[in-house]
Amino acid sequence: MLEGVLLGLETALSFKNLLLVVAGCLVGTLIGMLPGLGPMSIIAIMIPVAITLGDPSAALILLAGVYYGAIFGGSTSSILINAPGVAGTVATSFDGYPMARQGKAGKALTIAAVSSFTGGTVGAILLMGFAPILSSVALLFHSAEYFAMMIVGLSAIAAFAGTGKVTKALMMTVIGLILATVGESALFNAPRFTMGLTDLQSGFSFITLAMALFALPEALYLVLDPRRAESDGKNEAIKDLRITRAEARAIAPVVARQSVQGFLIGVMPGAGATLASFLGYAVERNIAKGEEQEEFGKGSIKGLAAPETANNAACTGSFVPLLTLGIPGSGTTAILLGALIALNVNPGPRLMIDNPSVFWSVIISMYIGNAVLLILNLPLIPYIARLLTVPRNYLIPFILFFTMVGAYIGQNNATELLLLVGLGVCATILRFADYPLPPLLIGFILGGMMENNFARSVNLTDGIAFMYERPMTLCLLIFGLLLIFVPAYRRRRAKALQKGVALGD
Amino acid sequence: MALDKWIAIAFLVICIVYGYAAYNYPLLPFERNMVFLPNTMPMVLSALGAFFALLILLAPSPKADAEGDALGNINLGKWREYKVGQALGLIALMIAYALALRPVGFIAATTLFLVGAGWTRGERKLVIMIGVALVGALCIWYLVQEALGIFLRPLPWFLS
Repeated sequence: MLEGVLLGLETALSFKNLLLVVAGCLVGTLIGMLPGLGPMSIIAIMIPVAITLGDPSAALILLAGVYYGAIFGGSTSSILINAPGVAGTVATSFDGYPMARQGKAGKALTIAAVSSFTGGTVGAILLMGFAPILSSVALLFHSAEYFAMMIVGLSAIAAFAGTGKVTKALMMTVIGLILATVGESALFNAPRFTMGLTDLQSGFSFITLAMALFALPEALYLVLDPRRAESDGKNEAIKDLRITRAEARAIAPVVARQSVQGFLIGVMPGAGATLASFLGYAVERNIAKGEEQEEFGKGSIKGLAAPETANNAACTGSFVPLLTLGIPGSGTTAILLGALIALNVNPGPRLMIDNPSVFWSVIISMYIGNAVLLILNLPLIPYIARLLTVPRNYLIPFILFFTMVGAYIGQNNATELLLLVGLGVCATILRFADYPLPPLLIGFILGGMMENNFARSVNLTDGIAFMYERPMTLCLLIFGLLLIFVPAYRRRRAKALQKGVALGD
Repeated sequence: MALDKWIAIAFLVICIVYGYAAYNYPLLPFERNMVFLPNTMPMVLSALGAFFALLILLAPSPKADAEGDALGNINLGKWREYKVGQALGLIALMIAYALALRPVGFIAATTLFLVGAGWTRGERKLVIMIGVALVGALCIWYLVQEALGIFLRPLPWFLS
């Protein structure tokens, strides 16, 4: 492992990569702070830049920096103007915004930054321990297990979609898989479902899809409902960034607990930062006693530290399935996976053997990224916060323009732009109807791999016997099915119980 | 009927058309005797998709959740309050940009798009807007061309 760490240090500490971490964190913070733009949109916009860098480690370092920066920027806007730019920082605003209202904005930002730093760093240490173990298990996987693993991943993402949305999430996954079949067929690469258009022969471009699904609807939302991103208009000076020793002692156990809990939640595919931050908040509120519990929601430092630690630890945790199994656990890691594939790196158990420098430099750059956020961004926050005052009339045209340039330079092809607009409009309508979009993108990215692995196992065993003859495959498939059916069953039972009680009254 | 049910119907139609296309997929001669065909997965997918679409369609509509999403998920009931016209204008502009990008050249097309989008949004200080748009377009063009090394034709067709 030491060898790996040294290799990572060597790559990550090169001047260019250090610069990329800093740039990524800054860009991420800047854009992440704008309400309504989440990490997925920002990463989608940055992908063309990352891909043209040509070096997979550099690209991943940049994108991971952007990811952290975006989460941090999101907490900043939650605290300052109660407008979380990211779902994962909604819980931050519960206690962060009251603190800012009490004139303790500086303190709240420091607590947020320190907790994020600790969460991220502890997460990175756990990742260093976890990933190699999981990788060595994953090396035993054949294509049949891979296929089953992807089924598990897809159903986990659908299962965590939230109450009442599981069927919709499954539907979106299937649509993603269907989109993935456009282009060339599995095994023999003959054109398939291209409707005679040569522009479609290489399939839908993943960048275009990512932009259309996330960046464009967000921008259109800002247009449709301007109140959504409105601030109170008052920008008080942010001062007094220091926290006292007593406060540090009070949040230390919270931070320690939430680092581990957040990481473990992040590792589960589909759960991610949002769930981790809400759960972290809830758990800490239950643990806190008496007066402290009363304070939650009114500006408690513990209530701020908990979700902040948990969401950063979960972000790091979500890299575990990505780097070891090649299966993205969240929309953001799905975008990262797409970028890696575009750079000819196949994440998965062989990543540590084939491209150790990619693996280790990403982990090392996570430390650096967290440190950059703490050292560089925190003092800059009062200045960065001015960005919140940029008029929307200038901002929105530029956001739209960036999504289009991103899609265009990826393919150099105007058809791509029309596809982007068309898919973007569809995605906006889907969001209106409350269909979750990340499953679509994850299905799209995993679709090709899933079909190839399935085809390979079918050809090897001359049928689908592999599904029940290989114990590991069978277990994974059953697990995948359970993930979908158990929550549905429990919900139905709970509903039935509720009805029974109501009738009994 | 709620919007999500209409979408489910659209998905159902898509899945049926897709399944039909998959069923009639022209197989290559040597593929016919294989176990796994290029249209195996599409057929399974269309069946699955149709199944889920029907599930959504037949499931009882959930009551409007009071919890809502803290991110302020858009409430369709209030769509009259939304600036639909503005959004449609921007979409039309984006389509125009897509079609004009090649012939008109990157710089002119981008500047026009940015100014047009700002105008649609209600910005009336044209001089500032044109200035910002021009500087933005030139900067991005320079970055893409020089830093990323991707060719974008900057000028209209009659100049380059």
